[in-house]
Amino acid sequence: MYVAVKGGERAIDNAHAWLAEERRGDRDVAELGVDQIREQMTLAVNRVMAEGSLYDPDLAALAIKQSRGDLIEAIFLIRAYRTTLPRFGGSNPVDTATMACDRRVSATFKDAPGGQVLGPTFDYTHRLLDFKLAADGEFGEMPQTEPNAGETPHIMGFLDREDLIQSEPTGSDTPDDLTRSPLELPASRALRLQALTRGDEGFILGMAYSTQRGYARNHAFVAELRIGAVAVEMEIPELGFAIDIGEITLTECETVNQFKGSKTEPPQFTRGYGLVFGMTERKAISMALVDRALRWKELGEDNLGAPAQDEEFVLYHADNIQATGFLEHIKLPHYVDFQSELELIRKLRREAQASEQAAGQAEEEGPSGGSLKGKMKEGVAS
Amino acid sequence: MSDYNFAYLDEQTKRMIRRAILKGLAIPGYQVPFASREMPMPYGWGTGGVQVSAAVLTPEDRFKVIDQGADDTTNAVSIRRFFEKTAGVAVTEATTEASVIQTRHRIPETPLREDQILVYQVPIPEPLRFLEPSEVETRKMHSLEEYGLMHVKLYEDISQHGAIATAYAYPVKVEGRYVMDPSPIPKFDNPKLEMAGIQLFGAGREQRIYAVPPYTQVVSLDFDDYPFEPTKADHACDLCGATDSYLDELIMDDAGGRMFMCSDTDYCGARRTAGHLGAQGAPLAEDAA
Amino acid sequence: MTPLLQVEGIAKMYGARIGCTDVSFDLYPGEVMGIVGESGSGKSTLLNCLAGHLQPDAGAVRFDTRAEGLRDTVMMSEPERRMLSRTDWAFVHQHARDGLRMNVSAGGNVGERLMAVNARHYGDIRDKAIDWLGRVEISADRIDDRPTAFSGGMQQRLQIARNLVTGPRLVFMDEPTGGLDVSVQARLLDLLRGLVREMGLSAIIVTHDLAVVRLLADRLMVMKDGHVIESGLTDQVLDDPQHAYTQLLVSSVLQV
Repeated sequence: MYVAVKGGERAIDNAHAWLAEERRGDRDVAELGVDQIREQMTLAVNRVMAEGSLYDPDLAALAIKQSRGDLIEAIFLIRAYRTTLPRFGGSNPVDTATMACDRRVSATFKDAPGGQVLGPTFDYTHRLLDFKLAADGEFGEMPQTEPNAGETPHIMGFLDREDLIQSEPTGSDTPDDLTRSPLELPASRALRLQALTRGDEGFILGMAYSTQRGYARNHAFVAELRIGAVAVEMEIPELGFAIDIGEITLTECETVNQFKGSKTEPPQFTRGYGLVFGMTERKAISMALVDRALRWKELGEDNLGAPAQDEEFVLYHADNIQATGFLEHIKLPHYVDFQSELELIRKLRREAQASEQAAGQAEEEGPSGGSLKGKMKEGVAS
Repeated sequence: MSDYNFAYLDEQTKRMIRRAILKGLAIPGYQVPFASREMPMPYGWGTGGVQVSAAVLTPEDRFKVIDQGADDTTNAVSIRRFFEKTAGVAVTEATTEASVIQTRHRIPETPLREDQILVYQVPIPEPLRFLEPSEVETRKMHSLEEYGLMHVKLYEDISQHGAIATAYAYPVKVEGRYVMDPSPIPKFDNPKLEMAGIQLFGAGREQRIYAVPPYTQVVSLDFDDYPFEPTKADHACDLCGATDSYLDELIMDDAGGRMFMCSDTDYCGARRTAGHLGAQGAPLAEDAA
Repeated sequence: MTPLLQVEGIAKMYGARIGCTDVSFDLYPGEVMGIVGESGSGKSTLLNCLAGHLQPDAGAVRFDTRAEGLRDTVMMSEPERRMLSRTDWAFVHQHARDGLRMNVSAGGNVGERLMAVNARHYGDIRDKAIDWLGRVEISADRIDDRPTAFSGGMQQRLQIARNLVTGPRLVFMDEPTGGLDVSVQARLLDLLRGLVREMGLSAIIVTHDLAVVRLLADRLMVMKDGHVIESGLTDQVLDDPQHAYTQLLVSSVLQV
């Protein structure tokens, strides 16, 4: 006799207990410290901050520890936490022109004021597994030098001065906050950029790559890539002026792209823009390429039908928390829906077989039966 | 979780959601965009329903959560616990005792009353989505009442299969104006959409809320000569004998033996307690804990 | 008598290039207007401006609506224009694929406009679809086939059936016989002529093929480089062309 399955609550509790054990792993191995993650897995921390839309390296490191290294799971933790945080207000727009650049490179000019500064990059490393690192991570003294004295002006500024590059619209209106208002299309550029900076790095990378391979190719040059710290300033009403409330590391990428065929404008360079929390280069460059591809309409270009030009397609599928949530939900019970499909298909097959039999008999009996197709598909007279 | 506000969401957010709900009730079946918040459970796992419940719950409410008709499925358990922790509301498995019921994929068999609210979890709120992938286009179609494409789909089903081939999430027309997706409930449940309770639909990931006020006309789309039929398996519940409830089919052995039981566990349990027994039924106490 | 369509000063520019300019004419119920020209003449641009597919830079397109008389469709809101194109207007595309749902059966394609105006009886819809398939000479047993299984000529005839089933008053046609075999073209033109007369349709037909306008159009406009260089009754213009370009066009037609 059937006994109904119960015990969902206990199953969940046991699953969570096992998960905690797995997270800790072998107890003979030292426990991972949040500070270790923050210091030695900085790029993972950066990604979690960027896609979690929350600048807090300690929290991001904790999230990575809790999620056992699954970065999307960590991003989810940060996003959920962010929902609960009260909002005191908004900062002034950060001024990346004043950035203290740790890294600053340009592909469009051999040299420019501020110089080409490689910074701590993987770019020219040889991708050879360093087995010495498994044993000990010690290394020699790094040569020191004086930091750059003046500011590092934006390279785009020089192109701007010659009027060669399309100027960006200026304005002082605060754009909508993507996390506070629903995404409605068509989306403003500001909303698009918000969606891109917190979108999944892999997805944005793929979209950017597709433009390079010819799906709405717009031939991007990296005019400038800069990474460093900027001050965050906030107006305090009680004081009547703005104060520095902290400092964040940003990666900013500006691309220069060829402009083709517009109704009213002579040829001009156009721009793509990427801005991401932390040292997150791949994402910033990808973002700039996808930003540029999505601008086809306001630049008077043709819609070539490329995926990266399709605003709905890109923006609706860039968010990896939405994506993984919906993807993984198919693990949930769907047996009620499935049951109704089962019933329907059984019914349709029964009716199809009945029709075939009736048609078979009719053929034996004489020509009055009509075609099988006719029997199946004619409307029933009301 | 005492650091959190009642039912987790801050009051500003709840206000925003309630405004969306009011708009939805004022325009039955119309999808109201809302700024869905990131919740502690994944998108696609009921965040829309959770946000709607969080916005309507008061400390005096009794809350019931079901998934596939059962209170004990893992996700229903998880959501119920969430509200126990963050709202401290009383919870119940009895449909008749609940003031707010959050559901995934079923409408309870027991008819709801005017003092009850049913909150549906919705994966894809747009009934036209699989006919027209563009959101911009489907919003236009709704605003212009351009629903020809919906009927084309039904026509195609009949011409290919001899019957309309939609078994769940069966589209309906609300108060003669908006075509609505009632969430993936089996079409058997569609007639219940005309009820005395308030029905609220939350789609978190897609950022839409819609609503059906009490006693609203809800008509399942069909043709005059191919009328809508709320079908179910042609069996009675093997545990309680009910012939009018939606049934789950269970596979019993390798030989293909199967049994059928009410999907609505509360309905089934109440019947068994009252003495009704089906072909394989026994009094309630013998179920495994 | 009120014109069905009153076009005044339509112009469309592409940067410095003229798409079409200074086009004006009146179209009365039951009249068929042909617009001829070679590639680049601006005829398709003009048609798209008239049909609401392109926003003209200047000019008005007034249509005699049932409810409110003459109204400038260029100034209409998008919802109003869409409603018009579902009911009183029809558009036959050059490539049938652009005017059909390729993943929907022939019956579904014809029935869609009916269902869009609340036809709710499957049997009736199907009967009407069969009737219309017959009128465009498509065999009834193809009703459940998808247009992908049809020849080019059949697809075009299906497109016509799909457009005419709700009895629109004005039909726009863009090269309706383009790309079809000659014998298929002839059959299609014959069909169109019959339907237009039978239903009292007004039509605006864009084509580069003078034989099409000879057969179908009452009146004719010749376009070159975005300008209308000659217009008048079809027979008059073709038998006695005044403008040098028209003369060139007429004399270039191969006699077989």
